[in-house]
This record gives sequence, structure tokens and C-alpha cells, in this order.
Amino acid sequence: MEQKRYRVTEEPLDSGAIIQRVTDKNAGAVTVFIGTVREMTKGKRTLSLTYEAYVPMAEKKLAQIGAEIEEKWPGTITSIEHRIGSLAISDAAVVIAVSSPHRDASFKGSRFAIERIKEIVPIWKKEHWEDGSTWIGDQLETTSYAEGAPEEDKS
Amino acid sequence: MIRILLFAGMKEAAGTDQLEMEAEHVSVSDIRLFMKENYPEIPGTERAMAAVDEEFVPDQEIIRAGGTVAFIPPVSGG
Repeated sequence: MEQKRYRVTEEPLDSGAIIQRVTDKNAGAVTVFIGTVREMTKGKRTLSLTYEAYVPMAEKKLAQIGAEIEEKWPGTITSIEHRIGSLAISDAAVVIAVSSPHRDASFKGSRFAIERIKEIVPIWKKEHWEDGSTWIGDQLETTSYAEGAPEEDKS
Repeated sequence: MIRILLFAGMKEAAGTDQLEMEAEHVSVSDIRLFMKENYPEIPGTERAMAAVDEEFVPDQEIIRAGGTVAFIPPVSGG
């Protein structure tokens, strides 16, 4: 049975297993992007993070991103996992692996994937600071839907 | 009855991850008004995107009794 290539999980992410899912005899390159928990943001010290997701929709949207990558760069294979729950500084929050016959598509595909995650995948981050906590993208309005809706990919 | 799913800051302010609305046939806009009037403590009801069957839907989308709509505040994954 083919392993699930798009997953939201409370378990620590295993980048080796995610790389295995995109490894293919026709591939000449695999890129891996790992998004990790950063301690300092604009002078504020983060102690830990909590991620929450609307899991079934988030997995569906991750799969949509993979399909968009395969359409833009034929021959690519993508796998994305996002961790939810409580994460510590330096923990991996997201791992994106993209394989392709030639390296250019892997680099471009993984960049595209992380930007799209920040647009359309229902996952939220709550930052716990020394002096309080806030859901990012909500009260702080560090992100907002300027156009009234997440844009469909037009490029 | 229509089920309304809440997440992140909306869920936290509401103190629950689900609301119920007695209705047979309403648009997403109607649900936003219902939430604003009955749960003014929930932030961002105008701004959150609505989703049905795990896909984003426009404000004109009609939800029927027995249906579920999820409100997706601006996302911050990655």
C-alpha cells in the first residue's frame, strides 16, 4: 500500500521517512525544506508554540499543493508533513520533500509549497512568549485575507 | 440545525469548538450575522473564510439543515 504523502500529525516529524516517499528511480534530485520553531521574532522571545489544524481539510489542501506542483513541474513527486500540538524551539514544524528528474524543479517546487501552505492550509500557530500568548494570524493580523479569500493559484 | 466549526482564536474566545444554528436554509452571510449577534465575543467573524466539505466557499453559498460550515481564520502554518 502506498504510504500517505500528505499528513498532519502530533508526532515528531521523521524527515528520512518523508524523503523515502519521494525517492524514485527517475529522480535526479530531492530537496528537503524543514520549517523549524524560531526563538526570537522581532525582539520577542518565544518559549514554545502550539499548532492547531482542521486536520481533514489541512491534509486535503496539502495534497492540493502537491498536485499543483506536479502540474507546474511534471515529473515531480511531493510529500509534506506538518506537526501540530506543542512544539519546542528548534523542533521541525513542517517538512517538505520534492523529487524531480532535474534539480531546478525540486528547488522551485519546495519554495512554492511553503508559500502556499501559508496561504491556504488551515493550520494556526499560537506563540507562547515570556509575557503572554497569541494566535498568530488572528488578533495580531500578521496575515489577513486582503482580497477577501485565499487566492487560487494563478501563476 | 446547522453545525458551525471554530478554530484557533475563534474557538478560544467562544469557549467551544462548535456552535449550532437552528435554520433550514441559510447563506454563509446569514451565519456570519447570526454569530455576530449571538456571539459578539468571537473575533473575526467577518474576516474568517468559510469552508464546506473541506473546500473554501463564497458568502453566497447556501447551507441546509444538517450541514456543517467551518470558519477558517487567517492561517499561520509553516
